[in-house]
Amino acid sequence: MSSRTLPLLFINLGGEMLYILDQRLRAQNIPADKAKKVMNDIITTMFNKKFLEELFKPQELYSKKALRTVFDRLAHASIMRLNQASMDKLYDLMTMAFKYQVLLCPRPKDILLVSFNHMDAIKDFVKDTPTILSQVDETYRQLIEMYTPLSHGEFQLIRQTLLIFFQDMHIRVSIFLKDKVQNSNGRFVLPTSGPVPHGTQVPSLIRIFSCTGEELSRQQFNNGGNYNAALREGSFEIFGDRVTKLGTNMYSVSRPVETHMSGTSKSSAQHTKVNAAPNPLAKEELNLLARLMGGLEVQKPGNTDMSLYDLQANAELAKIMGEFTESGDQSPGASSKGDDLLAMMDGL
Amino acid sequence: MYHKEKSIQIKNSASALYNNLGVLRIAPRRLTYFTVVHANVVNMVSASWDGLNYSHRQLQSKEPNVATSTSLIMQAAFCALPSRDLLVVTSQKGIQMYESDGSIMVYWHALDTPETPTEQAVFARGISAAWENYICVGVSSGAILVFDVPSKGSNITLSEVLEEHKESITDMASECSGSQECIANLVTADDGGSLCVWKSGEEFQLLNKIPGFDMSCSSVKLWKGTVVAGYGTGQIRLYEAVTGILHAEVNAHARWIYSLDIAPFSGLLLSAAEDSLVRVWLLTMTPETNSVEVAHLHNECVTDTQICGAKFCDGDGYAFAVTGYDLSEIIRYVQS
Repeated sequence: MSSRTLPLLFINLGGEMLYILDQRLRAQNIPADKAKKVMNDIITTMFNKKFLEELFKPQELYSKKALRTVFDRLAHASIMRLNQASMDKLYDLMTMAFKYQVLLCPRPKDILLVSFNHMDAIKDFVKDTPTILSQVDETYRQLIEMYTPLSHGEFQLIRQTLLIFFQDMHIRVSIFLKDKVQNSNGRFVLPTSGPVPHGTQVPSLIRIFSCTGEELSRQQFNNGGNYNAALREGSFEIFGDRVTKLGTNMYSVSRPVETHMSGTSKSSAQHTKVNAAPNPLAKEELNLLARLMGGLEVQKPGNTDMSLYDLQANAELAKIMGEFTESGDQSPGASSKGDDLLAMMDGL
Repeated sequence: MYHKEKSIQIKNSASALYNNLGVLRIAPRRLTYFTVVHANVVNMVSASWDGLNYSHRQLQSKEPNVATSTSLIMQAAFCALPSRDLLVVTSQKGIQMYESDGSIMVYWHALDTPETPTEQAVFARGISAAWENYICVGVSSGAILVFDVPSKGSNITLSEVLEEHKESITDMASECSGSQECIANLVTADDGGSLCVWKSGEEFQLLNKIPGFDMSCSSVKLWKGTVVAGYGTGQIRLYEAVTGILHAEVNAHARWIYSLDIAPFSGLLLSAAEDSLVRVWLLTMTPETNSVEVAHLHNECVTDTQICGAKFCDGDGYAFAVTGYDLSEIIRYVQS
């Protein structure tokens, strides 16, 4: 569908990932300098110039598998190590959070405001590091250039494309359950109250006009909800008040975050039925992303299967780690002692 | 006014697409066909009127011979022509036409898809029968393809391409009142909210163009010479088709409207939106004074669901059916 969806998907999911990692780094009392290094390394990788160039090209959305691999590699662009269960939990949280934001956006165009909320927070994470900051600023400009000219209908197409990507995902997230924004069946609460979107009127008025354009009558009807007038519009510039809270850091107040996996088996079964036909392009996608994200050689056909998920065993990771570590601490050995942040994600 | 009846379970959940519910009533066989789109699949259910028999079928989007990425389906709709009924399925790659039970594909039209993706998405969307033997389908470029359909067989041909819209086609509809007096028999809508009113024939004639107001018109209907249009702002507008005179404006929904339907014999109007609400209205035309009345009759809230399709199941509006994003059922309501 829309060929402009991938940048928004990547940036928003990346933003959620950073919120979660930041919260876990604090909760586990990781020393400030190490924590900052993890965050900086990941953000640098996320906004790598070559990667973004590829990301912003018009293209169909990646498959779920291909996108998951990108984030696996992104999460390991630092000295942090995650086992598969932790990575699964992290990814579930990220995707359910963005699904929630997309569903609850009052207007499709507000997805851009959600993206700016994530960008604003990322900018704050790296405000002391000028090199990374300039990469982030450049991305703001690219987002503004690509998305601000789009019409409402084109934004709705992007939103519909994202909703197909998130179809049938009903993983329960305890922070959402506690806040009562998600039901115990995994579905999000859609309130029939509150402010209407910018540009929409509160439903109630029926106006009848004459052939000459004068209003002949007006009546009201019962809208079955409890709506009020729209809030002011958020800013679509590099700086500004976004107005919406969607996309801001919901983990900033320290509270335990967990996922419940029991709801997933049915939904993932439903999903796999539709995607049963093997996608010959999947290998292509993985190769391209692997190249860009990890600086790896193109994998030979036999190697590009899901054994990638057993990340610790994969010797290539040492290479990724080496590529993206700023301070030049190249030796794999150093990361397995002391700096091993594996235990950190167990809190998820 | 209406109460909920037993839902029909479908094999997959409905995708968030405009007008995502097709309904065809087959009176002689006492059954109704329903279609609901899920990504690259159309779920078809044939439901017997006694509620005892349901049979399911799935249709896949067709891809060209070279294996490329999945072709997502934008819309599936029934076209009822005097001689035959067809099921039309539009996707990113082209247009498929089937016999109404989905058993045989009778026609395939491939869209010009570029080698590498362009910024402007390519897809077909917006389906309507027109007059006696035409099926019209919209394209993302704004073009409208007019197909000439013979009364039998698969010798369907592309008769004309109408290039009037500048933005992607969203929906289209033919005059459904059955009245022979209406000059206009097709209305087409686009992502900018522009509406074009046509008279169909060997060469389609543009009768009127009603400008949009920078907001997508996602669903449109034509009844007794009146265009009923639903917009992304949640507003419904009624225009006199041939002149473009605005008869009525309703602040109907708190979110983007996804589906409109009219029951032609009674003038009941059904509207459904992302705000979880389905509303039933009554349209009354008074030809002598050339005026239209709109009365609100009923609300149904489908809790925590963004509705993507809503249609009456019969010409009087005695029953209607609803689909929602991520829901694997067709919810039905019947007059009490």
